[in-house]
Amino acid sequence: MKEAIKKLTKAQIFWPLIIFLGILALNGVISGGEFFRLQIVDGHLYGRIIDIFRNGSKLMLLALGMTMVLATGGTDISVGSVMAISGAVACTIIEGSLFSFANGNVAFAITAAIIAGMLCGSWNGFLVSKIQMQPIVATMILLVAGRGIAQLICEGRIVTINSPSFYFLNGGYIFGFPFPVYIVVFFTALVLWGVRKTAFGLYVESVGCNAEASRFSGINSARIKFFIYVLCGTLAAVAGLIESAGIKGADANNAGFMIELDAILAVAIGGSSLSGGRFSLLSSLVGALIIQSITTSILSLGVAPEVNLVVKAVVVIAICLAQSPVFQQSFADLKFKFKKQEVAA
Amino acid sequence: MIHSGKRNFFSKNLSLFITLGLFVLLFSSVMVIGPMRSNRFKYIPVFFNLLNDNAYLLIASVGIMFVLITGNIDISVASTLAFSAVLSSFLLRLLWPAWVVIPVVLFIGFSFGAFMGFLIEKFKLQSFIVTLAGLFFLRGMCAVVSKESIPIENEFYRSVAQAKISFGSIRTIGKVNIYLYGFVAIAVVIIALYILRYSKFGRSVYAIGGSEQSARLMGLPVSRVKILVFAISGFCAALGGVLFSFYTLAGYALQNLGLELDAISSAVIGGTMLSGGVGSVVGTAFGVLIQGTIQTIVTLLNLNAWWTKVTIAVLLCIFVILQRVIAMRNDK
Repeated sequence: MKEAIKKLTKAQIFWPLIIFLGILALNGVISGGEFFRLQIVDGHLYGRIIDIFRNGSKLMLLALGMTMVLATGGTDISVGSVMAISGAVACTIIEGSLFSFANGNVAFAITAAIIAGMLCGSWNGFLVSKIQMQPIVATMILLVAGRGIAQLICEGRIVTINSPSFYFLNGGYIFGFPFPVYIVVFFTALVLWGVRKTAFGLYVESVGCNAEASRFSGINSARIKFFIYVLCGTLAAVAGLIESAGIKGADANNAGFMIELDAILAVAIGGSSLSGGRFSLLSSLVGALIIQSITTSILSLGVAPEVNLVVKAVVVIAICLAQSPVFQQSFADLKFKFKKQEVAA
Repeated sequence: MIHSGKRNFFSKNLSLFITLGLFVLLFSSVMVIGPMRSNRFKYIPVFFNLLNDNAYLLIASVGIMFVLITGNIDISVASTLAFSAVLSSFLLRLLWPAWVVIPVVLFIGFSFGAFMGFLIEKFKLQSFIVTLAGLFFLRGMCAVVSKESIPIENEFYRSVAQAKISFGSIRTIGKVNIYLYGFVAIAVVIIALYILRYSKFGRSVYAIGGSEQSARLMGLPVSRVKILVFAISGFCAALGGVLFSFYTLAGYALQNLGLELDAISSAVIGGTMLSGGVGSVVGTAFGVLIQGTIQTIVTLLNLNAWWTKVTIAVLLCIFVILQRVIAMRNDK
């Protein structure tokens, strides 16, 4: 029994999960149980918790991609801009101003948006793996220029669309659960299968631990990295689709604005190292849920949303410090000194 | 390795020549396009306006260059710049005197940079994560201070904003204005040039970029220098923010989004290597002028302002690829 508990607390996902449940419980207490109430209207589930899952779906998708990117020792800060591009592409096609031969076909629009995301990802991947640019600079190019591209696609407007079948991506329900949840489950299963049932996951971790050594042992580091960035771009595009289905249009300036830190933070909270190597996808998903629940509770408490940014920045640094071996060492030294003083006294 | 002096000089400064050539090329296209758009177009004032309009960017780029030369990165400059502009306009609205506000803001920039440098150096955190957190922290703080744009009414700021030297007239070469903040930028460039070329500190910066391990073994104070470069970058960004508030006479929480790319690409276009060890102040200054020229062209052609960002991003890519090619050629 003791062994089992020890094993449980050692699992990477354990602490994030406890924190998530803790935040939910805290919210439940503050709201006097209102928070946990689930309603069934027309066979659809409604409630705050369902909202967290629905609104958190974008971040969960991004966290999925970001976990992989960080695991290879890179980073991708362009995900917010890729979301904007994908939303812009989808909405302009549905509206008919782009590729008018498609007659606003929703399936075509979604495919085109995902392809756009893949292209963005391959651009990042090309710069990182072939040109060997630092990931932060390579993806910063798309972070800044990407929003410009989205603006150019939208021709500087906020594109609004009227297409119930496209709205389904965010607002739809299947068997009582919101549709975005299914999207997340689908992609999680896909990526999990890829990294746990094939050698690919091992390759990713090995590239993240030491790209050079992996290359010498016959792993094509460049190709792995390239593929990971494409994956991240694709997932960001899907997140962008959900976002634009939610606002029923494309807003090149605000779609996914400053969501990059959230995605990185989700991975950090999930406990995966930000400098590459071991990673856990499910922990990152819980990390994303934690961030979403914090955001939701801050909003429901009526605190200005900008404070969010400040809090998140501090949390990222705190987690990084907690992961840093040097910090752990100096912390341990401090404890040791303190104990010595106690003994002396 | 025997080279004639002339060839050595040329190959040593190859990237500087490329930068200069690009600037000349772009500026001559301005000289061609300008008269087509307006018959009162004069290119000499346009040249000096590049300095006036980009003074804040020039200072921020010079600051970030110090960090890049050591092989690190600082992506928090845009937020630092915006925060110092917002904070100074906020404090001025509380009727703080300008001679208190400016040092306070500069000190905050300096110490915030030093703090990030400390985290990076002492706890061996990655510079991109720390400065990314810094970016979000300060952007959030901007909005905490004020979400609305705050106009600056202060007398001193207003008079500095208009202080300028003018010469020429519309009939001859055109009316040339050089504003005080342009001179501040020039002063910063000269000081940075001196520090990097002739001071012990400057040479340590290059040494760390070349190889941190060797620099440490040589007995250079690596930790101190690394913390200082981040502090310099923060200070320059804050000074850029002060200049920007002279320039616009307002502070707004969402101003200068994406300026970090502008600053980094100015440095890179000017020949700074992202891998560290190489970089020149003069090159960076021309990198800034090139961006200003691109902006001028975009304005002259009446294009969507976003084209500026896209073009600069493309230029940055081209230059990084170019650097790789040059580096590979040197390895051979």
